Amino acid sequence: MEYISLSYASLGIAVLFIISAMAVSFRYRLGLEKDLAVGAVRAFVQLTAIGYVLQLLFVSERWYYVVGMLVIMLAAAIKNAVARQSVTLKGMFTTLGISIFVGSALTTAVVIGIILRVKPWYSPRYLIPLAGSILGNSMTGAALALNRLRSDITHRKPEVEAALALGATSRQAVMPMIRDALKSAMLPSISSLMVVGIVHLPGMMAGQIIAGAYPVDAVKYQLMVVYMIAAAVAITSMMVVYLATSLFFTPDHMLKAEALGST
Amino acid sequence: MAKIEFLNVTKTRSIDGEMRNVLDDVSVAVEKGTILAIGGPSGAGKSTMLRLANRLESATSGRVLLDGVDISTIDPIRLRRKVGMVFQLPSLFPLTVQENLTYGPGLRGVEPSSLEAKVREMLDMVDLPDLSPGRLAGELSVGQQQRVAIARTLMNEPEVLLMDEPTSALDPATAKSVLELVCDIRCRYGITVLFVSHSLEHSKLVGDRFLLIVDGRVIEESDIEAFFLGPSTELGRKFLAGELK
Repeated sequence: MEYISLSYASLGIAVLFIISAMAVSFRYRLGLEKDLAVGAVRAFVQLTAIGYVLQLLFVSERWYYVVGMLVIMLAAAIKNAVARQSVTLKGMFTTLGISIFVGSALTTAVVIGIILRVKPWYSPRYLIPLAGSILGNSMTGAALALNRLRSDITHRKPEVEAALALGATSRQAVMPMIRDALKSAMLPSISSLMVVGIVHLPGMMAGQIIAGAYPVDAVKYQLMVVYMIAAAVAITSMMVVYLATSLFFTPDHMLKAEALGST
Repeated sequence: MAKIEFLNVTKTRSIDGEMRNVLDDVSVAVEKGTILAIGGPSGAGKSTMLRLANRLESATSGRVLLDGVDISTIDPIRLRRKVGMVFQLPSLFPLTVQENLTYGPGLRGVEPSSLEAKVREMLDMVDLPDLSPGRLAGELSVGQQQRVAIARTLMNEPEVLLMDEPTSALDPATAKSVLELVCDIRCRYGITVLFVSHSLEHSKLVGDRFLLIVDGRVIEESDIEAFFLGPSTELGRKFLAGELK
């Protein structure tokens, strides 16, 4: 099957969508016109650049280029997850970094090595988009879990201290908050499992269908993607909440006042 | 039961970006089975003293001794079971009364089902004999919640009880009954109690001895009767006259 190749001239027409969004912003005095313009230009530059990089990777097929690309994507995901925290704490980069790395690496390894059995394993055509999708979702889950945990510990400080005063370890004292943080991180991927195929056709599946894949094949891929995302988010957020205990408590199970701050 | 001592304890904390001594060279000894009422104006450092005694915070310098042993050398989990704390607000867990009461022993691996008799005993002790242990903590009045919070702390069989303004959120009648309860606890279990209160009347009702702290410093420490008959310092007289807020 052939697909319609998109020219830059045709893409230019799509800019009208951005202009219409700017018109809405102007009409309601939202002040978002500049952000929309900058966002549109940034998206164009970033995506064009990544398009060329990927093309280069696809042609070269060297494992170290692919791994290098994955490292850059991982660093960007960690940086973004840290930037989404309402309070920045010492050790946050390490906590989020280890969690996102382990959660994403484990899931990606299973998908590439066991489910798809990609050969060679570093084939950028599979590894880059799948790892990218996993990293993006792990990043969101990790950021959500950590923000929620900190906010809950701050709000429920009396309860946490009551538990500590009864002889609970720091982890035992925040267990109810850990559970709530995990739930809030995992619910979006569970919701997406519920509505996928009904409310929306996800990007990867839509892309495959447009590129000529049979819908049933595209569905199989998409199922694998939503399952792997659910697992990656669960593993990453679980690691975040466990490692994060040391961000909020001293080794002697005392709450660090400076770690809580405002919500 | 245990004796607790503060030896030249200083606690420094950042307040509005400035490092300040919230406790300044505090030394005081509380003998076994004694109730020490701690009074002083707001921000004097009363609550900080209690928080240092069960290591919810650590002292900047000086030592706190439990029966002669520096508490910084005791595992904080073991220490907190020996030195229980009751807070200004009951801070019960959003669970049943039974689950709140068995929380402490449960952390040590005691099976909650084996604690039914003890739960009943503690509810009787805090004068809630008719309260069903299956009730949710959130359904109770604040006075009942504070009694359950005291019972929850007693379930750990502490040797020292730290009480941080336990009556300030209660109406006068309930506060009085909680004060009677504190005296009962000491009589029955011989527990050493450090009782922080804003209320001079409450301090007088429960205390054996009285400690006055102002701006983190010990101003005087004496027998409770002696303090209320005539403080030995100018600041003590001002505090008693209600001139220090």
